[in-house]
Order: sequence, then structure tokens, then C-alpha cells
Amino acid sequence: MVYTPIADSDDPHALHDPQSFISKYVWSQDHKVIAIQYALTALSVGLLALVLSGMMRLQLAFPESFTFINPSNYLQFVTMHGMIMVIYLLTALFLGGFGNYLIPLMCGTRDMVFPYLNMLSYWVYLLSVLILLASFFVPGGATGAGWTLYPPQAIMPGTPGADYGILLMLISLGVFIIAFTMGGLNYVTTVLQARCKGMSMMRMPLTVWGIFTATILGLLAFPALLVSAIMMTLDKTLGTSFFMPAVLSMGADAGYTGGSPILFQHLFWFFGHPEVYIVALPAFGMVSDVLSVHARKAIFGYRMMVWAIVAIGALSFVVWAHHMYVSGMNPYFGFFFATTTLIIAIPTAIKVYNWVLTLWRGNIRFTVPMLFAIGFIFTFTHGGLTGLFLGNVTVDLPLSDTYFVVGHFHMVMGVSPVLVLFAAIYHWFPKVTGRLLNTTMGKWHFWLTFLGTYSIYLPMHYLGFLGVPRRYFANGTSDFMPDSVQTINISITVAALIVAVVQLLFLFNLFWSLKHGEKAGSNPWEAASLEWQTPDTPPKHGNWGAELPVCHRWAYDYSVPGHATDFIPQNEPHNGEDSLEEMSAHPEEDH
Amino acid sequence: MLIAVVLVLLVVGSILFHFLSPWWLTPIASNWVEVDNTITITFWVTGFVFVAVNLFLAYVCVRYRYRADRKAHYQPESKRLEWGLTWLTAIGVCAMLAPGLLVWGNFVNVPDEAHEIEAVAEQFRWSFRLPGEDETFGKTDVSHMGVENPFGMDPSDPYGADDVLINNGELHLPLHEPVKVLLRSKDVLHNFAVPQMRVKMDMVPGMVTYLWFEPIRIGEFEILCEELCGIAHYAMRGRVVVDEAEDYQTWVDQQVTYEETANLPAANPIVGQALYGLCAACHGPDGQGNQQLGSPKISGQSAWYMQLQINNFKQGIRGTQEGDVFGPQMAAMMATLTDDNSVRNVISHVQDLPDRPAPQTVEGDAERGGWLYTTCAACHGLDAMGIWQQKGPRLAGMSDWYMVSQLQHFKNGLRGYHPLDFGGDQMTQLSIMLTDDRDIRDVVSYINTLAPSE
Repeated sequence: MVYTPIADSDDPHALHDPQSFISKYVWSQDHKVIAIQYALTALSVGLLALVLSGMMRLQLAFPESFTFINPSNYLQFVTMHGMIMVIYLLTALFLGGFGNYLIPLMCGTRDMVFPYLNMLSYWVYLLSVLILLASFFVPGGATGAGWTLYPPQAIMPGTPGADYGILLMLISLGVFIIAFTMGGLNYVTTVLQARCKGMSMMRMPLTVWGIFTATILGLLAFPALLVSAIMMTLDKTLGTSFFMPAVLSMGADAGYTGGSPILFQHLFWFFGHPEVYIVALPAFGMVSDVLSVHARKAIFGYRMMVWAIVAIGALSFVVWAHHMYVSGMNPYFGFFFATTTLIIAIPTAIKVYNWVLTLWRGNIRFTVPMLFAIGFIFTFTHGGLTGLFLGNVTVDLPLSDTYFVVGHFHMVMGVSPVLVLFAAIYHWFPKVTGRLLNTTMGKWHFWLTFLGTYSIYLPMHYLGFLGVPRRYFANGTSDFMPDSVQTINISITVAALIVAVVQLLFLFNLFWSLKHGEKAGSNPWEAASLEWQTPDTPPKHGNWGAELPVCHRWAYDYSVPGHATDFIPQNEPHNGEDSLEEMSAHPEEDH
Repeated sequence: MLIAVVLVLLVVGSILFHFLSPWWLTPIASNWVEVDNTITITFWVTGFVFVAVNLFLAYVCVRYRYRADRKAHYQPESKRLEWGLTWLTAIGVCAMLAPGLLVWGNFVNVPDEAHEIEAVAEQFRWSFRLPGEDETFGKTDVSHMGVENPFGMDPSDPYGADDVLINNGELHLPLHEPVKVLLRSKDVLHNFAVPQMRVKMDMVPGMVTYLWFEPIRIGEFEILCEELCGIAHYAMRGRVVVDEAEDYQTWVDQQVTYEETANLPAANPIVGQALYGLCAACHGPDGQGNQQLGSPKISGQSAWYMQLQINNFKQGIRGTQEGDVFGPQMAAMMATLTDDNSVRNVISHVQDLPDRPAPQTVEGDAERGGWLYTTCAACHGLDAMGIWQQKGPRLAGMSDWYMVSQLQHFKNGLRGYHPLDFGGDQMTQLSIMLTDDRDIRDVVSYINTLAPSE
């Protein structure tokens, strides 16, 4: 008998039908439950990282006021805020959360191809989070080496957490990578092998393309982080010298010789730059779908959008050293990496144009997800354009290591993906729970978050032009910094605290709407992609009831001329033709 | 609709913010005007895109807002439009990249006439070295580094003898002469950055990196460390002073060479004992200190620290502020030690005095103080016995009332105020973490728990 993976099985109850509360909600192998587990864990730990950023902002606004914030734990807040947000929140939520929930539903499968591995992936991820949190409680506390963990200082005295905190961080990252690899193999295999009949690659929603490409990036990039974590652990514990040259430590020879700190930076950023796109590509995909659905219009330039995702993914592996222009690496590298970096602006710009052109001549419903998506276009345009400053090696010279960098990466990789996450949560919450999130609260949440974050990060760019360095506990009394720097720092902090508090409104909305939200029905947005066509909402175990869906068209048949409704579900057959073979990869030829 | 209005307001607001912002590039002090020009070019290109995209987005939001009687236009793609925009973008990218690469070419290729100096970084301070008359730096190595040879000069290398060693955070540079700064770190990553010069580069242990610039105006410019190097990273400050040629030469002539520092005669404690009579009046015959006279315990303190502070008193770097009761007395006393040898001799005598822990007079919450001390340990050591490299003096077992008063002095500007007192300035910046007298008492009472037993 030919083996049929569960994802393709005609029997919805094959293999891992839940038997009890435990197997249904705890040790669950259902991709939807795992997705929610991932999402809740990621949001919880993200909330912690948000609190840490509040502490940093308090210190920067009122540098001589708080005994509970000192130069040592300030660096721990900086480090843990960055690492949690990038890895344990964004990566986990986009891929473990949305990837898990949406891939099988959008591809028309019953589950991931390896459900057991999928379950393990979540529990190992949870373990990595627990190890990370444990580092706050070991002697010396969490590492304060900055999220980049650069040696030598990451493992040398003079940096907080240089004894135990850094080791737990490295171990946690290693465990996270194991979790990611288990999940990632699943996502890639499911997309490649288990799509329902008729779902050609070029019919997949851009969400799937984004998550799929991001996962491949992750599978290729995370190993670089893993080996550097292992090598640094050995440098710390066994006294090897992979990254450690001969150095003085606290007045004495530390006993290392011959290692290279720059080597670590190359390995770190070989992971670190693709990591930016591991977060960004799923966001690109998801925002494309949100824009298209709520504008009642096909995504503009689908094929270009797909190729842009793939091109950005590929290029993201040859731009890493733009994080290192002033690192002391061979300065001639600057020519190459500035060129590749600015080239990557082209496919990225195409995506922005196509998002705007999707709205152009549409029929735009200003729903809460749509507001967040439009907000994203603004913040991402801003963040992308400031990237052209930093990516251009000469312009980076005065701006590197200043608040311009902080402003830039928060706009492009903090605010922008987070706005997409909110758009996605407001958009897909009805599918997950059967109820809509409250619109009034949602609008307040959007406006305060969108305007609040811009008033946080816009001024930071200008502090950067002035030359205010990042990662400073206090600015001291520098001649070149006028008193107004402190004034704007206070204003930024006030905005940051408002934005932080507004997120509580969002959390409240999540819980309130779970019970009191308006009943959504199966397809409240009148969307065409497959996940909205499930027989039950929320989808039951196995997703599709008795029969797997068959895909007859791409995911963007909105406002098709001559059609009665303004959208056509992907599983609706064409009139008078059922032949799958005729379905082409070219969307416009469907008509 | 509202979103469209907001988008327009954000675009207009961002432009206004740009032109009205009081925060902008500092007035340039180096030849790198072309770096500023690349920023201007980038601003024009990206600014155009920012305005165009967002205004169009706002227009679309108004024009194509939902109407029940309208259906969206069905147009999956437009090759012409997409490729047109692609080429337009590519042209914009080239307009920014080409000048960027040209200027970078100038940055990586140092002009032949540039003279070399070396900047050395370590947690959390700066020092500098000039190659001397032979225009060649002597070899250095970590294995040679120590309190007597902080630069790690290789004694066997003849090129090192005339190297000028500046073991302090102030570097002078001559006006209008291109300088290649060789960058070296003794411990972790650091970054040599001077905002007004528009240049920065990491300093990496185990290798030598570089940057170059030509100062074009007289003035003093702060050197900042811009690569996270540990707890006191933000307080790692130095200074570049750009001088006319003759002023620069005067400054160079005041500095010492390696040969001069390496060949000092041995300090003589017997001679020092005679000189110490003066000190004993306040600090006590055993150097045990006297709180009534404001004199701290000095026995057991590191020689390098006492030498540094005596020189500070002698040179008016410390003890000149009104409101500092005892500092000026010490400054007057130290004026009687006329030369460096006297200073070294008297210190060598103090080194021979019995080291008994000072009486403990400060009470506080030592547990809470221990938590605060984590930051202090970065320079004073976990055992508070002091670290020469960080220029953090010994604290454990020393006069606790004195530590309280000095912390207050740092906070009140009675110490660490002089531009050449980089260590003092660092303490001023660090001491802001102690927000009130309770914090000070707590941290000092923790230090008391570290006192070595007799």
C-alpha cells in the first residue's frame, strides 16, 4: 500500500485524533492548536520584552531618577528586549504561530505532514523560552552583551551575565534552533508535498509564499548561529579560542590566543541578516492578502510579488556584512556589500509599489485589519528608505551605532512586522475563534499604536544625525548634544509608555471578544483563499470534513468582471470545465 | 478617509520636522564634506519616494474608498507599469550608490602624506601613542602588558624607544594635516568615533584597524566609544584637540617617550620616609587615615593610583573647587613634592606601611548595596581590590566615610570636573546611578563586607 501522509489523507481522523483534554489541548498534534500554543507563548514573552523596553525608556528620559535601573541591568534590558523580540516573539509568532495555522488551511491539507514533530517543535520552543527566562535568575543575571552577543565582551568580566547568563542564552538559542528546524522542515515539506489538488505553487496565496521562503531562509541561516553559539560556549567553558584573540581582562592576560572576533560577526550576521527577512517575508505575504481581501481587488502583480519574495530571500544571503561596515573587517568588502544591499532595495520597492497599486482602483473597506495594513505601508516605506542610508557604506559612516540605526530597525523590523501581526490577528481571529474582534477597540488600538510609534521613532533618526550613540545608559554632558536631546527623550518615553499601555487594550479585546465578539460566520470578509472555505469555523480536527478541497483558481479572484459576487472562492470550479490539467500557472490566463 | 488625512499630515509633518529639527549633523570639523553630500543626495532621492508613495496612497484611500455601488477594477498585473517602476527605482539606487562608492574609495585609500598615530582602547578608557622621530611604531604584545607597561611595548624592539606614550584620554592633532589613526584594543571591541569628524571604526583586539581624516578647524571634539564594550561603555570618553602646528608641537614635547618611562630609577622608600613626615600629620604615621582631618587611609592603596591622584593635585586637576574643604589642603601639600622622583619615593614608603582595614563607620543595607555594586565591580573588581587596567582604585578595607564623601563630590561636581580628569569624569557619569544618600550608604556598606581580614 502506498503511504499517504496524514496531510493528504482522505480520512480526517487518521493517526492522531485527540482522545482526551490532554491530547486535544496540551500534547496536541493538531496544527491549529500548536499554532495557538506558539502564539500565546510568543505573545507572553513579547509582553515581557515590551516591559523591558519601558524600563529602558524610563532610564533614557530620567537618567538620574531610578535606583532600580543601573548601567549593569540597563544593558541586560537592552539585550533581552532585542533578543526576545527578534527571535522568541517575531520568528516564533510568524512561523510557529501563523505558519502553523495558515499553511495547512491555505494549502488545503488536513494537517502538517509530520504532526508529531510539529508537536515536539512547540514543546522544545517552550523549553528554549524557559531556559531564556531562567537566565534572569542565575548569579550575575541575564547577559548584557547586546542582542548581537559579540565576543570578546560577551564572555568577559565587565559585561553583565558574562558567567552564566551568556551560557544560558547560547543554550536557549541552540534549543530554539532545534525547535525551529523541526517546525521548519514541516512547513517546507507540507508546502512542497501536501497541497490539495489544483493548488499549484503559483496559485498559493502570498502568505504561504512568504512563510515558505522565510522558512527556507531560516533552515539555511540558523545553522550559522548554532555553530557560533557552540563555538562561543567552548570559548567560555573550555577556554578554546575560536573568537578570542590574546586579550587583557581586568588587568591580566586572559589566556586566549589566535581567535577572531570578526569571524563571529560574519557568522552572526550570515544568520542575522536573513533573520530580518525571516520576519519580513511572512509579513510581506500576510499584508498582501489582507490588502487584497479588504480592497476587493486582486493583488497587483502576483507573479512579480512571488519573484520579489524569492529574489529578496536569495539576496538576503549576500548582504550580511552591511552590518559590519565599521567593524574593522577588510574595508574593501564595503564596495561589494553596499552594492548588493542597494540592489535588494529594488525587489523590495516593487513590493511597496504593488501594495499601493493593489489599493489603486480598488473598493477599499477600511476595516481594522486594513487600517493596520495601510499603516504598515507607511512605516515600511519609511523604514525601507532609511535603510538606503545605512546600506550605502559611506552614509553609514556617521550614522552607524547611533540612534539613527535604532530608529531605522525599529521602523522596518519592529513596527512594520508588528503592524502586520495586528492586521493578521484582526483578520484571522474570526477563523480561529468564530468571532470578530471588537472594532471600536481595534480602531483605538490602531490609531494610538500607529501614531505613537511614529512619534517614538521619527525623532530618533534625527538624534542619530546629531551623533547620539545607541546603547548608552546616559548621554552625559557632551558639548555637541544640546539640552533639547533630553527634552525629546522625555517625549519619546511618554509616547512609548502610551503605546505600551494601548497594547493592554488589545489584550483585553482578545479576551473580551472571545466571549462577546460578534459571531463571524465562516467567511466574514468574503475572502477567496481556501482557509475561509472550511466547512466548520473554527475548523475542526482534520480541517475539511469528509472531503479534501480541490483548488480551481488562484487566491485573488476579486471583483471579476461578469461574476455576480465580488469574490470567487479558490475551490469554486470554473463554469463548465473541471479539467485540472488546463489550469495554468498564469493567473490572468484563467479568464 | 481619516487615514488619508492622517497620511497627508504625516508626510507634511515629517517634512516640517526635518526642516525644523534642532538635531542635525554637527558642524563638520574634517575633510569629509563629501560624506555629508552623500547624505544630502540620499535625502533627496528617498524623500521624493517617501512623499510620492504616501501622497499617492492617501489619494487612493480617498478616491477608491468603499462604495456599495462600485466594483473594483480587475487587473492582475501590468508588465509595463511594473517594469517602468523597476527601472525608475534602479536609477534612483544608482544615483545614491555611485557617489557612495566613490567616497568610500577615498576613505579606504589613505593619502601618502598622512601621518600615523595610534589610538588604544580598553575597558573603559583611551590612550594614544605617537611613533616618535623614527616615524615607526615599536612592536607591542598583550604578554608585555602590565601596570608598569600599560601599552605592552616590546622592550627588545628598538623602534619603540622613542614612541610617545599618552596614557590619558586627550589626543592633540595638528590642523590641516591628514592623519591616519591606527586603532588597537587591549581587551574587547571598542569603536573610535568623533561625530564632528564624520568617521568611526571598531577597534578589535588581535588586529589593527584604521581610519583617516584631516582636521579643518581648531577646537575640542569628544571621542565616543560606539561599540558596546561593557558596563561603563557610555562613560568611555576621550577628546581630540585640534591645534595650530606650533601648539601641537608644544604639546608633543610635554609628553613622555617609552624610553623615559621604562628607565626610571628605582623608587627609594628610605628617602620617601623622610618626605612622608609631612603626610603623616594628617594621614597618620601608618597611613591609617584620620576622619577628623578629612584624610583617608592610604596604606594598602595601589601605587599607580596614588601617583595619579598626587599628580592631579599637583597639576590643579583636583582639589581646586570651592566647597571642597580638604582637597585644596592636599593640593597645597603636594606642591611641596617638587619632582616625580619625590612622588615615587614617598609612595614607595607608603607601600611599606602596615595595611590594616580602616574602621567601619557607615551603616546601610549591604545586601541592597551588593546588588548596586555589580556595576562598580566592572572597574574596581568583584573583590573591590582595584584594577590597574580600568584605573579603578582599591576600595575594600579603605576608609568608608571617605568613599561616601568622594561619591558625593563626584555627584556635586567637586571632583571629576577638570577636562583632563577622565577617570573622575567617568565616576561622575557612573555615580548618577546612585540616586540618593541611601544608595551611597548601601553600596559603601557592601564594600565594607569585602574588607580583607587582618
